[in-house]
Amino acid sequence: MGTIIICAIVAMAVAGLVLSLVLYIVAQKFKVVEDPRIDQVAEVLPGANCGGCGFAGCRALAEAIVKAGDLEGKACPVGGAAVMAKVGGIMGLAAEESEPMIAVVRCNGGKCNTHKKVEYDGVLDCASANQNFSSEGGCSFGCLGLGTCVSVCKFDALHINPETQLPEVDEDKCVACRACVKTCPRKVIELRKKGKGNRRVFVSCINKEKGAVAKKNCDVACIGCGKCEKECPFGAITIENNLSYIDFNKCKSCRKCVAVCPTGAIHAVNFPPAKPKVEKVMQENTDVSASIENVEQKQTEKKKEMIATEIQNTKSE
Amino acid sequence: MEYLKLFVFAVFVSNVVLSQFLGICPFLGVSTKVSTASGMGMAVVFVMVIATLVTFLIQHCILDPLGLGFLQTIMFILVIAALVQMVEIILKKISPSLYQALGVFLPLITTNCAVLGVAILVIQKDFNLLQGLVYSISIALGFTLALVLFAGIREHLELVGVPKGVKGTPIALISAGILAMAFMGFAGLVKI
Repeated sequence: MGTIIICAIVAMAVAGLVLSLVLYIVAQKFKVVEDPRIDQVAEVLPGANCGGCGFAGCRALAEAIVKAGDLEGKACPVGGAAVMAKVGGIMGLAAEESEPMIAVVRCNGGKCNTHKKVEYDGVLDCASANQNFSSEGGCSFGCLGLGTCVSVCKFDALHINPETQLPEVDEDKCVACRACVKTCPRKVIELRKKGKGNRRVFVSCINKEKGAVAKKNCDVACIGCGKCEKECPFGAITIENNLSYIDFNKCKSCRKCVAVCPTGAIHAVNFPPAKPKVEKVMQENTDVSASIENVEQKQTEKKKEMIATEIQNTKSE
Repeated sequence: MEYLKLFVFAVFVSNVVLSQFLGICPFLGVSTKVSTASGMGMAVVFVMVIATLVTFLIQHCILDPLGLGFLQTIMFILVIAALVQMVEIILKKISPSLYQALGVFLPLITTNCAVLGVAILVIQKDFNLLQGLVYSISIALGFTLALVLFAGIREHLELVGVPKGVKGTPIALISAGILAMAFMGFAGLVKI
């Protein structure tokens, strides 16, 4: 009995020793010389592995940076300039200046501004819904509101507003990783410059149908009237396929286009609430009853204006 | 013919995951995508064959002559863990591309009970070395089959409207149970 215990102990000890020795020798012999900077760079990166930089993960980005030896075209959207400065410090390079971006939902149709024509009762996924029908309101360009973008957001920055059935971006949480942009089957979400003091102007519509058709389906659609294009002093706005688009590189956030837009499709975000128009569009939660009145008034005005422009358009045609 | 029988037995009749319920952890953990599931499966094939070979030799050359059969479990765990580590180190040097493909899964296999289970089963069933190797390859392929099948099912589950109460893990467990029941249909097909 005693011998077998001793025998067992010795056998295990020897086995352990031999294995550790073998492992040690193998580890020494097959050592892979890796640039220590890869680990250092990977340490500094956020480790979210979101793929927003275009590489498979944070370590892949670190490897690419160290291998290439420069930071050209490599930037971490999550960490932003602060992290890239640190990486630049490790690599002994100056980080490329990148302006902060944010995801912008370019549709304001949703439940409130469209007229429901059909009821969708299929798979609750935007990609498959996109193949099957236009939308409950009839617009085949706008947001479907099924929240596939919400499910791919790793930073909890997107939420469907239950009132409007539209996704809303949490500005503090969005890191511009592009996950939602890639997922949205209708390309409703776009990455735009955050702008100075988070203030930015954008066209909240991507409907390319002719004005009358677009308007029929949605109260706040861009009808491609071209007023904003004429108004813009910086040439930032272009009209293509009955749709206005603001180039965020040229836009100086003067908000002249917001004032002239007959349908309220152009949104200005985070500006101080000087004009009631701006307030109505973005600050829905402040004073609901007052803003509803405001909206109704405005919409009748807009309708009149709209009809006038339509008539003008048809005449000119 | 004997080896074909062994193969069918190990892959379908006594599938390691769905009939013997070994290696459930990676079965649920790495089965959300078909691509990662097949990667994991390949890694398991790789490790299982080497582990069976080494543990077979240890059993017959060290433990049996010394009369230390009761050390089997602990010795096998020790050897397999060390082996996987070694394979990982060597792979990293010799074939970085294979390491890239299997790298993530190798540490996961270190403590996979399916690997240990097969090593012990080979001894219990009194296979010779060749039989043991065929058996371990078949078991590993069976594991891969189960994993890939299940991953395919889970990929489809992502797209359908699963009731809120059973979303995620519950529905995965339910479908795993149904899949296991389907494999019961193979019972008695081959006797060993």
